Amino acid sequence: MYGWHGKILCIDLREGKSSTLTLPQEVYGAYIGGKGLAGYLLKERMSLGWQDPDMPLVLMTGPLVNTRAPTSGRMCVMSRSPLTGTLADSSVGGSFGSTLKKAGWDGLVITGQSRELCGIEIRGSQCSLSPARALQGMGVSQARERLEGRASSLIIGPAAENGARLANVVVDSHFFAGRNGLGLVCAAKNLKYITVLGEGKTKVWDPEGLQRAGEDINRLIAASPVLSGDLGLSSFGTGALYDLMDSRRMMPADNFRHTHFPAATEMNAPAYFREYSPKKAGCTGCRIQCKRRSRDKRPMPEFETMSHFSALIGNESRETVVEANRLCTEYGLDTISTGATLGCYAEVTGQELTPDKILGLIEDIAHCRGEGADLALGSAAYAAAQGSPEAAVTVKGQELPAYDPRGAYGMALAYATSTRGGCHLRSYPIVHEILRKPVVTDRFSFAGKARIIKIAEDMNAVVDSLTACKFAFLSATLEEYAKALTAVTGIEYSQQQLLDIGERIYFRERMLNCANGFTASDDDLPERFFTHKGGSFEDLEVPPLDREAFLEARGNYYRIRGLDGEGLPLPKKAKELGLWA
Amino acid sequence: MKDIIDKYVSKLEQAELAEPGQALLGFLDADLVWNREDPQTEILEGVFERININSLLFSPPREPYRSIISYLCRTNEGRILPEDCETRTFIHDIPVVPSLDPERLTQALRTRKAVMVQDRGIVAYGWVSPEQAYILYSSVCFACFVKFFSDYLQDSKNGSVAPEQREVLHKALSYLDPLPEEPDAELERGPFRDKARMIRAMDEAGKMVVGYKLVDSFFGNISYLYGDTLYISQTSSSLDELIGHIDPCPLDNSSCAGITASSELPAHRDILRKTGHLAVLHGHPKFSVIMSMDCDKRGDCDKEGECFRRCPEQREVRGYPVVPGEVGTGPFGLCRTVPPAIEEDKGVIVYGHGVFATGARDFNQALRGLLDVERNCREEYLRRIGE
Ligand code: SF4
Ligand SMILES: [Zn+2]
Repeated sequence: MYGWHGKILCIDLREGKSSTLTLPQEVYGAYIGGKGLAGYLLKERMSLGWQDPDMPLVLMTGPLVNTRAPTSGRMCVMSRSPLTGTLADSSVGGSFGSTLKKAGWDGLVITGQSRELCGIEIRGSQCSLSPARALQGMGVSQARERLEGRASSLIIGPAAENGARLANVVVDSHFFAGRNGLGLVCAAKNLKYITVLGEGKTKVWDPEGLQRAGEDINRLIAASPVLSGDLGLSSFGTGALYDLMDSRRMMPADNFRHTHFPAATEMNAPAYFREYSPKKAGCTGCRIQCKRRSRDKRPMPEFETMSHFSALIGNESRETVVEANRLCTEYGLDTISTGATLGCYAEVTGQELTPDKILGLIEDIAHCRGEGADLALGSAAYAAAQGSPEAAVTVKGQELPAYDPRGAYGMALAYATSTRGGCHLRSYPIVHEILRKPVVTDRFSFAGKARIIKIAEDMNAVVDSLTACKFAFLSATLEEYAKALTAVTGIEYSQQQLLDIGERIYFRERMLNCANGFTASDDDLPERFFTHKGGSFEDLEVPPLDREAFLEARGNYYRIRGLDGEGLPLPKKAKELGLWA
Repeated sequence: MKDIIDKYVSKLEQAELAEPGQALLGFLDADLVWNREDPQTEILEGVFERININSLLFSPPREPYRSIISYLCRTNEGRILPEDCETRTFIHDIPVVPSLDPERLTQALRTRKAVMVQDRGIVAYGWVSPEQAYILYSSVCFACFVKFFSDYLQDSKNGSVAPEQREVLHKALSYLDPLPEEPDAELERGPFRDKARMIRAMDEAGKMVVGYKLVDSFFGNISYLYGDTLYISQTSSSLDELIGHIDPCPLDNSSCAGITASSELPAHRDILRKTGHLAVLHGHPKFSVIMSMDCDKRGDCDKEGECFRRCPEQREVRGYPVVPGEVGTGPFGLCRTVPPAIEEDKGVIVYGHGVFATGARDFNQALRGLLDVERNCREEYLRRIGE
C-alpha cells in the first residue's frame, strides 16, 4: 500500500496486551483514514456507554499524514461523548499524528480499563504500558516534563481524572483534541498519557504528482487574504476573526443575550499582539501556522477562547483571558465549553464575574469541587439542576462556539444538524456567509442553505479523514486534495468521488446517533435565538431567527440527507450508501 | 431562489457573455428551480442527480467567445490549458466533451468545475451559490480569449497561422469595442473629505471599470486612502456592486476587521505609500494580460514555465513595466513586485494577470491609467501581428 501502512495498533489495557490489526486495502480506499476509518472501526460498539471498558478510543491518521501534502498532519480522536451521548470525534494538530505515522502505524484502537493509572509508550513497532501513578493529578505541562522529551505526547489533565465532562485531550502540551469531553474517555480507561517516537517514512506512489498538487494548494493558500493576508490567520492567528465577528454583530455577549461587545476593540488580536508580542507556532507540515505563544511560553488564546472569555462573560481583562486559557490547557479543559458554562453560570446566578472569580471557577471545575462540581458536568446539566434550563446555550448538550446563529442562518442550521452537538466545524458556513469564500451567500437567508450545509458536512468528513486541516479549505478545495490523495496512494480519486465517501461517513454518524435515541427534537437551537433579537449593525437590526423558516430549512436538509421527517435515516438511503446491514 | 438565479443570468447577458434568452441556470436546494423552461434542462438534471452540486449553468457563449471557443475545442485535444495566471490558479484546466450528454458531462465535472461542450457551449457548476457557476463561466470565456490571442501572436511570429485561425481572429476583432482616449464621463472629483462621497466615488469608478470591460469575473479591486484608513473592496466582491462590500483597514493594523478585504490589500497599501497617491484601481484588461506574456526570450530562458513568479528580466510593453508576481502575499506575491515598479503616472502590468493604476486625488487619473495601458497594449498587439 502507498500512503497507508496497512497496520493499526490495538491495545487492550485490561490485559496489557497489544496486537496488530490489518484491514484490506478496499476498506482503506473506501473510508480513507482519520474520521472515516475510525467510524468504521467503532460502528459495532457505538451503543456502549462511554465508560464501558469495551468502548474503544480510536486515534486515526490519514494517508496524507507524514507526506509532503500541505497542511495535512492531523489526527482524528474518536469515541462516544460523555458530554452529549453522541458519537464524539475531534481533529487534533501538533505532531502526534505525523509521529505515529513515522512509527509505522496508521492508528491506535484502545480498549479495556487499566487497573491503575497508566501510560502507553510507543517506539516504532514496539509498544509498552507503564504505570502512571506518579503523574496522577498532574497538570499537562508538568506531566509532559516527566515523559520522554523527544516523543510526541497525548495527555489528559486533572479535569478528566476528576470526572469533568468538559475535559479535552491535550497533544504536545498545547494542541487540543477538543469538544465532547474526550479527555474523560481516556480517564475512564485509566489512561493518563501516550507517547510516540518514530522515524519512518510514508510511501508515496507518485512524488512528482504530489509535488505538483502541493504547489497548486500552496498557491491557493498564498492567494487567500483570510489565510495569508496581512490581517489573516497566518499573521494574527485565529484571533484575527475577533474584530470581524463583532463588526458583523454576531459576537455572542452576555451568554448570547447580545451580539456585540463594546470593549471588543481593546480585546482584539492586535491588542494581544501589542501586549504579548507572541511568536508563531503551529502543526507539523503546515505553513499557515495559526497558533501563537507568548514570550513567557504561555499558549495564546484562539478566537473562540478570546471571545467566550471576554464578550460572553463580560470580562475586559486580556491577562485574565490569557491566564484562563493557560489554566484550561494545563488542566485539560475545553475552552469553548468552559467559557460558555461560565456564561451560563453568570446568567443563572446573576453574578458579575471578576477576574478572580473567573480563574477561581476554572480551578473549581478542573477539580470538580464546590460549585465547580456541578459546572464540570456542562451547562445543560448545570442549568437544569438550577431550575433554569433555558440559560444553557447548547445543542445536544454541547455548548455553542462564538458565532451567534442570528447573524448567519447557515450557521444556525449547521449547529442544529451537527452529529456531535453544538459545533461550528462540521460544515463551517462562516466561510461563505462571512469570509466570502468561494463566494458570498446572504447570511440572513435560509435560501439554498440546506444543501450547502449537507455538501459541506460531507466535504469536512473527507477533510477529517485525509487528515488535513480545515483552514486550508478556506481557499483550496477537494479538487486539489483529490490530486494529492491520488498521487500519494496510487488510487484514482476525484473530488466528486470523495464527496460520495464523505456522504457515507456522515450518514453513518447519523445512523449511530439515531440508534442511540437521537431524533429531530435534538436537532434544534435554544429558544432565545427565536425570541430575542441580537445587536444592530450600521442601520441593520439583527432580528431573532424565524422559527418557521428554520424548521422549513431543517426539513429540506432532512430530505436532502435522506432522512425522514423525524430526522431518522431512511433505509433506502442507507442501502444506497452500502450501510444497511 | 428564483431571484438569485435571475440575477446571475442577467449579469451574464449584461456582460455580453451570453445572448439574451440563451442561458439555463438551475439552483437546487431540496427542490430544483430553473430560470426558464427548456427541454435541455432534462439533460442537465441528469448531472444534478449524479454529483454533489447546488447550481448548474449551461449556455452557448456570445460572440466573439463563441467562435474562439469552438476553434479552441477543435484544435486542442480534449482539454484547454489556460495561460493567464488567475485561471490557472483557480480552475487549472478546462476539459472538452463532444456532446451535451449527462454521462459525459458528469465524468468531466467529477474532476473539474467547468467544461466546454464542442460547438454547444459552456457548462459550469457551483456547490455554494449560482454565482460560482457564473464566475466559472465568465473565467472560461476570459481564459479562452487570452489563450486564443496569445497563441495567434506566437503563431504569427513563427509564420504558422492557419487560414481558419486567421478567419476566427478577424471575426473576433470585429466584435471589439473601441477604447476611448479619455473616459466618456468625469468621475467624482477628490480628494474626498466626506466618507459617504468617497464610497460613492468608489462605487462609480468600479462601475466604469466594469463598463469598459477592464475586468473579468475575477473581479479586480479598488481602494482609497481616507485619513489613516484604507478603504478597499472586499474579497470576491464585484466592482459593479461595491456598496456594502468595502472594508475599512486602519493602516496601523489596529483592527483585523479587514480580514475579508481583497487579497491585494498589501499591494494597494504599499503602492499608495510609494506614490503618495490616494486611489488605486486594479483590473484584468485582456490585451494587457496577453501582451505581458509575449516574451522574446521564450525558448532561451531558464525560468521559463515560471515566468509568472520568477521572471528575472526588466520587461515592459510600450514603456509600461511588466513584473512577475502571484496573487496574494506568498513569497512570490505581487505585493513584493508591483509597488517598487509603480511610478506616479503610469500603470504597472503583472505578468499574465492584470494592471494596477493610481490617482493622486481621485479615480479619474486611475481610470485613465487603466485605459491607457489597455489601449496601448491592444494597439501594440495589432502592430505585432501586422493588422
Ligand atoms: S492552520 Fe493552524 S491548526 Fe491548521 S494545521 Fe496549520 S497550524 Fe495547525
Ligand atoms: Zn487581480
